[in-house]
Amino acid sequence: MIRVQRQDFDVGAELAALTRDNPGIGGLCAFVGLVRDLSGGERIQAMTLEHYPGMTERELARIEAEAAARWPLAASLIVHRYGRLDPGERIVLVATAAPHRQAAFESCQFLIDWLKTKAPFWKQEETADGARWVEARAEDDQAADRWQDPRPEAAE
Amino acid sequence: MKVLYFAWLRTRAGLSEAEVSPPPGVTDVAGLIEWLKGQGEGHAAALGEPRLVRVAVNQVHVGPDHPLKPGDEVAFFPPVTGGGAAGGGR
Repeated sequence: MIRVQRQDFDVGAELAALTRDNPGIGGLCAFVGLVRDLSGGERIQAMTLEHYPGMTERELARIEAEAAARWPLAASLIVHRYGRLDPGERIVLVATAAPHRQAAFESCQFLIDWLKTKAPFWKQEETADGARWVEARAEDDQAADRWQDPRPEAAE
Repeated sequence: MKVLYFAWLRTRAGLSEAEVSPPPGVTDVAGLIEWLKGQGEGHAAALGEPRLVRVAVNQVHVGPDHPLKPGDEVAFFPPVTGGGAAGGGR
């Protein structure tokens, strides 16, 4: 399930809804991304997330489908916010549920790694010196690249 | 054909979208970028650093040789920076 929204989300309520009426789930893994107050050593006053409505939902759904094709998932959820956020606020929730923990852990990391390099979101930070667009990080590309190869057959 | 700009490409262009009618000789993304650069300061400013420009056609990521047809929605934007944490921690 995919949601792109301006408002905050309740992690507990989201996870409860995701696993409700699905007793086959043995493991649930969740990642929550937050606005950090420091960037490049500078204090961040606020952050604004811009996105590409339409393509964002489409791309997130495509990434989620890729995870479902690679791991035996019972349920998954991506909630990503946009708009102006203060330090400490939640930006994104990725949750995956599976019969066993390994699939939940791996697919959760896969989703956030791919999301960061493929979903059309852009961050603008506000510092004491004004607003600036955040540059993509090579580390994020590397994190996404390690999922590039199809899962080995032995993992099936 | 609709052209969209996001993030700093949008602020450099001074516009978020434009309706354009490239000549028949413009058949792919790379050709459109070259043609747009001659269509006013805004487009030229947005597309001045091709190394940092990513493209989606009809909301799907594509490369510079992707073919174009009338009615396509072509979006230009910098590498994406979604997910958690505010940028690099360096």
